[in-house]
Amino acid sequence: MTDSSEGHNPAGTGPADAPKAGTDAPPSAAANLFDLRTIIAVLFLVYGLVLLIMGLVSTDEADRMKTGGSNINLDMGIGMLVVAVLFGVWVLMRPLKPPTPEQLAEAAADDRPAGH
Amino acid sequence: MTSILAQANADVRLDAHAIDYLLVAFYFLLVLGIGYVARRSVSSSLDFLLSGRSMPAWVTGLAFISANLGALELIGMMANGAQYGIATVHYYWIGAVPAMVFLGLVMMPFYYGSKARSVPEFLAKRFNRTTQRIQGVIFAVASILIAGVNLFALGLIIEALLGWPLTVAIPVAALVVLAYTTLGGLSAAIYNEVLQFFVILALLIPLTLVGLNRVGGWNGLVEKVTAGPGGAEQLSSWPGTELTEIANPVLSVIGIVFGLGFVLSFGYWTTNFAEVQRALSAKSMSAARRTPIIGAFPKALIPLVVVIPGMIAAVLLPQIQAVKAAGGPVDGITYNDSLTLLMKDLLPNGILGVAIAGLLAAFMAGMAANISSFNTVFTYDLWQDWIRPGRSDRYYLQVGRWVTVIGCVLAIGTAFIASGSQNLMDYIQALFSFFNAPLFAIFILGLFWKRMTGAAAWIGLLSGTVAAVTIDLLVRFDVLQLSNQAGSFVGASAAFIVGVAVAAAVSMAGQPRAEAELTGLVWSLTPRSSRTHSVEGDDAGWYRSPQLLGVLVLILVVVLYIIFI
Repeated sequence: MTDSSEGHNPAGTGPADAPKAGTDAPPSAAANLFDLRTIIAVLFLVYGLVLLIMGLVSTDEADRMKTGGSNINLDMGIGMLVVAVLFGVWVLMRPLKPPTPEQLAEAAADDRPAGH
Repeated sequence: MTSILAQANADVRLDAHAIDYLLVAFYFLLVLGIGYVARRSVSSSLDFLLSGRSMPAWVTGLAFISANLGALELIGMMANGAQYGIATVHYYWIGAVPAMVFLGLVMMPFYYGSKARSVPEFLAKRFNRTTQRIQGVIFAVASILIAGVNLFALGLIIEALLGWPLTVAIPVAALVVLAYTTLGGLSAAIYNEVLQFFVILALLIPLTLVGLNRVGGWNGLVEKVTAGPGGAEQLSSWPGTELTEIANPVLSVIGIVFGLGFVLSFGYWTTNFAEVQRALSAKSMSAARRTPIIGAFPKALIPLVVVIPGMIAAVLLPQIQAVKAAGGPVDGITYNDSLTLLMKDLLPNGILGVAIAGLLAAFMAGMAANISSFNTVFTYDLWQDWIRPGRSDRYYLQVGRWVTVIGCVLAIGTAFIASGSQNLMDYIQALFSFFNAPLFAIFILGLFWKRMTGAAAWIGLLSGTVAAVTIDLLVRFDVLQLSNQAGSFVGASAAFIVGVAVAAAVSMAGQPRAEAELTGLVWSLTPRSSRTHSVEGDDAGWYRSPQLLGVLVLILVVVLYIIFI
């Protein structure tokens, strides 16, 4: 679920570094954020599996009365598993890259004048 | 719309099983987990309040639309679908998409390019401190009040659906929002908004599919709506006379195009910081410009799974049929119960748990959007730039966290006041809906007219607001014979016109700022090169062009209008 180890990131701009001259704002740690796509995949994997199983084993007449005959748990379960797989494939095909030192330097330069 | 929610009664209690509660609990686990893990990404105030400007465009784009897709909006729009039929789509199409494209293509280069951290700070850069402070205070107060309304409505839903008393439901709901926004700041709020977007779709899509199945498909729905009390008129979007309550079809179209499509919609989408903040947290200018445009695609398509279920509710559910036949509440049931009644009648256990998670998620995200924009404006615009300037960034990060806590506590207070005085809350909500119109007036004037002065901005802002309040009072006390809907169009238009006129007059009397100070803040003084963005690295590729995406979404809306004319 996470993509970089705690307290150390490859660009060497962790919060522990000394602040740069002229500002007291510590370097941004925003690059430490985890990959949201994985969370979405996990959510729909779990929801999809639960609904799929419910659709297969527990759909009764009362449920079919509600839905007008279709097995919505089964259908949505399959749909959610497809979504989970798509997000999983996206994560594998294009993994989150840590930002390059140039990008970080640029971002830092961008953010400095934000004060006054 | 909240006043009617208050009447939700035991009739809508859902038959949730253990499995449904488990699915809801799993969602909450993820929500709190995101808050906990996002804590790692916060080391400065900018990280906490603006996600360190690091978000990819698809994330900010979906968060942009999610911040608007709160549960009040969802319930209200489904109710409109039940009451007015297809005409409700105007709120999604002409009432949103053009403004979102305008924000991305025209305004975002100035917002993002100026490095302003909030809408009031942009006003400080273009105009002066007074304008920043007035807008900052108005925005902070409005955010807390609206967060309170959201929280109150969330408490009502929990009470109605699960049977928890309001005094437990409100603080518990606030605590969950507080937990993840204080830990992870805007990153946690935005990540949860994206998650919420998908869970809400997992509520709306099965509702639409099952609903269509029950009424015999689209043709069955058309047949039943035509035979119903609304008649075939409810199957077409134009001229929407029923929606606007303007009898003359030509005036009704003008009302929709100018009142809703221009003044109300541009005012809301281009100046509301709760929305703009999502774009400001994007990682590059290109991503910031794409944010509202990426959000416009789901915005254009969502009515298919909101308005259509609303129409289904009106022909399928006996309770809503009764409301429609009577033209008013029946046994405490109103159009606003459409969503929960559909969930109860159409969704079997299992998918019902997903739907409940989606509904609760929508409420929490609505409140989180208000709180996370409130803390930014309070910390930067009111505290750092006004009351306590010149402290360390660490100090402002702490202020940001504490303001989040205080904001949640104030919202709980507002929620309990709302539970005591419904009319007051309705009134406040209506009022804030056109606070944006005068703000948009000074924005657009300041962007395109370099002579506009700082004094003109805040005087224009205040006089436009006075104009809106005056029209609203005249309509409320029947001095002006207008329906509520037409009244809000006229009120917003008056606010816009008065705002522009007063600002123009005051500017002519004053001394404009030196042109050199306005580079990057006024269109004509900003070289084309600094209005364009990088097209390298993560911003490369024709499919990442904001212009192309903007044109595509406008074409999509035209096609949708042709289908549902």
